[in-house]
Order: sequence, then structure tokens, then C-alpha cells
Amino acid sequence: MIDKTVTDVAQAVAGIADGSTVMIGGFGRAGQPVELIDALIEQGAGDLTIVSNNAGNGDTGLAALLAKGRVRRIICSFPRQHDSWVFDGLYRAGEIELELVPQGNLAERIRAAGAGIGGFFSPTGVGTQLAEGKEERTIDGRRYALEYPVRADYALISAHRGDRWGNLVYRETARNFGPIMAAAAGTTVAQVDELVELGALDPEAVVTPGIFTNRVVAVGPRSWVRDGGFVGGVDIDGNPLSGSGASR
Amino acid sequence: MSASSRVSRQELAQRIAEDIPEGAYVNLGIGAPTLVANYLPADLEIILHTENGLLGMGPAPAVGSVDPDLINAGKQPVTALAGAAYFHHADSFGMMRGGHLDICVLGAFQVGSNGDLANWSTGAADAIPAVGGAMDLAIGARNVWIMTDLLAKSGESKLVTECTYPLTGVGCVSRVYTDYAVFDVIGNTFRVRELFGDNTVEALEDLTGLNLK
Repeated sequence: MIDKTVTDVAQAVAGIADGSTVMIGGFGRAGQPVELIDALIEQGAGDLTIVSNNAGNGDTGLAALLAKGRVRRIICSFPRQHDSWVFDGLYRAGEIELELVPQGNLAERIRAAGAGIGGFFSPTGVGTQLAEGKEERTIDGRRYALEYPVRADYALISAHRGDRWGNLVYRETARNFGPIMAAAAGTTVAQVDELVELGALDPEAVVTPGIFTNRVVAVGPRSWVRDGGFVGGVDIDGNPLSGSGASR
Repeated sequence: MSASSRVSRQELAQRIAEDIPEGAYVNLGIGAPTLVANYLPADLEIILHTENGLLGMGPAPAVGSVDPDLINAGKQPVTALAGAAYFHHADSFGMMRGGHLDICVLGAFQVGSNGDLANWSTGAADAIPAVGGAMDLAIGARNVWIMTDLLAKSGESKLVTECTYPLTGVGCVSRVYTDYAVFDVIGNTFRVRELFGDNTVEALEDLTGLNLK
């Protein structure tokens, strides 16, 4: 019997060594595997290279991992946000290395790693600072720059539902980097709101087939979703609306 | 300049919306371009793309119905229209790079007369860098339209012979909507497409230092 489920987030992040490259899913807070990141902080691995679209929001999740000084280098497209004060401070102090990558090149480099592609020519960034020094090729009259795959030792992602074979479905725009990161890491760890029986996920609708997933851990439903239905009643950060008028 | 020679940001958004045809797949960049969505006619089916993985983006939800899983590129809460589709990031940027988006509307620090765009970095030494999807959109959408004030806060023209800020994309801009006039980029020059208010081509040449004829 194949059973990729683990019972808690500590088991889910077990084995991540110092110096590992770790992909962390999410676009802003949407799809960010906060429970797995908290477990990684608890687990203690340091000197990490993180691959993630953003560099943390507020003081929780990825920002908390950064604040603990566990991250040596981050590969990222959009570190600067209104609530990225943790990254901003580390960057200004020279305490974190940044490889800034245009978002589509980042996504495609991750996809390439998962698909066994050794490199590809992208038009994005050609003629700008971010493609300086890269090998160029003109194909059908258009300039392209050579981009290499980005792979990782671990990927930590967040999905909506999963089964014990590691099949995953996502919810809305929280899907973002999950499916491509799942394929690009040696060990892919998915936290899910809900673990379902084998066969409960419609095979036509599975987004990440279980072959890409190594560990699945249920972390419980998000406060704005109950029994698979959206109930609202939170702000954009997922915090309950203040006052008695919180809708449900 | 008299007030009558410039349009407001809302008026400019409305003007841009008028140029977007039914059936177009459109990406509206973060900031002022998002205002364009407010003026798309409700009776036309125009499909908005957001880079984080949604086609068929709808307006902001009511306060009690904010869904943190359903956001736009600016990480603001949005809704999904009937007919919407979700997808992962590699597909989303394939839509850009692959030339599937008809129009994107972006902001700008500078636009060069050769169609070069600078909108991601001022090059300031102490700035926290961030590029996001700007470079992919700039070179990917079939028509790259810019929505911007003609003049920077310093009074300098944002339309220039050659960009001095770090480039986002090379030769990618086809049209620039400003508060004074609309310009097309044709054959390495700006051509005035439409004047707002009592502007004249000569007055715009004085403002920008460009040859617009």
C-alpha cells in the first residue's frame, strides 16, 4: 500500500538539512504553506536557499523564517511589498543574498527542472540588467537569453485537498506555484486543508498527480472555508473580521 | 498649463477602456492601470487576466466576502466571473510570453521613442529591487499600452528619446496614454494620436523636448 501521508508537520519537514535549497509555494499569502514553514522554523535547518515568488509578508510564515536568520540566499521575483519589512531589513544590512528573476522566467525555470529540460531560451529580460551576461540567441528574428532550470532539495507547498497517493487539487489563485514546484524538488511536501479517501478526487480534475508528491500532511481547514464551501468573514490576511457583524 | 488641457486619471482610464474591443484578453498592470477595469462596458465580454493564475477576473468582493485564496497581481481581493479559469504560474506566464494576451496596460517611469519601456526600477542604490511580471508582460502581450502622466513629479517628460532608467523591455511599447495626449510609437518616433483639451502638438513638443511631427 502506498501511503504518503504523515501525521504531523514535524514529520513532514523531517530531514531538511542545513544548506538545503527549499522551494516555498505561494503568491503573497495565497498558497503559502504557513504550517510547514512554522514546522521548518521549529526543525531548525539553516543556511537555506529559498526559492519563492515573494520574500515574506508581515511577521509570519516565510517572513518568520527569514527573521530567524535561517536563510542565506533567496531566489525571488518580487521581494519588495508593503509588508516585506523583514526581508527589507536583512537586505539592507547585507544579511541575505538575492537573485532577482523575472516572474515568468522563475516559473519556467522551475517548470523546466521538473520536466527534465536542461535550459531554454526566453525573450523575457533580453536587453535589460537582468539578462546581462547571459548567452543570447536570435531565433526567427527575435532575441532570446539562455535560462537554466531551478531545482530544489525540498518543495513545501499548500494544496486544498489531497489523498494518500499524493494527488492534489488546489483552491482558486492559491494554486500559483504549487504544481510546478511539486515537480521540481527531490522531496515534495504538501500541506492540505483536507485529506480525502483514495478515489474521492475526480481524476479529471487532479492538478498535481501523486507522482510529484512525496509527503502529504493535513493541517485543517482555513477559517474562510467550511465543508468545501466558502463562508467569508475574514480580511485579506485571513484574520476574522472585527466587530459583531462578521458575516459567515 | 490650464486644467482643461489635462484629463484626470479616471478620465484617462475611461479613454483606454473605450479602445479595448469585445473578446480581448487583457492584463491590467498594478497601480493606475487597474482603474481601467472600472470603465469596461458591462455589456461587452472582455476577459481580464491576472498573472497569479486567473482568467475571467471580476471586481472586488463585498467586505464580508473577501476570499484570501482569490487575489490579483496586486494581492488585492477579487472575484471570479462565470466562465473563469484558474491555472498555475508557468501556464500564466506562457499566456504572456506566448503572445496569447491581446493587450496589457502598464505604468511607466519612462518610454523611449524606440518603444523601450522602463517601469521596474529607478536604479536608486538603496532601493529594494522587485521586478515581478513586468518584464514578461512587456515583451509578451501583443499590444503593450502605457498609462502614465506625461510629466514626472520633477517636471521632466516621461517620454524620452532614450530611457535612462533600467529597461523593462526593448522596443515593446506600441501606444502611450497620458494626461495630455495619446501617442503611438511608430518607426522609432512618437506620433500624436489624440490631443486632450486645448493641447497642441507644438505645446507638447515644448513640454517634452521631442520632435512629434
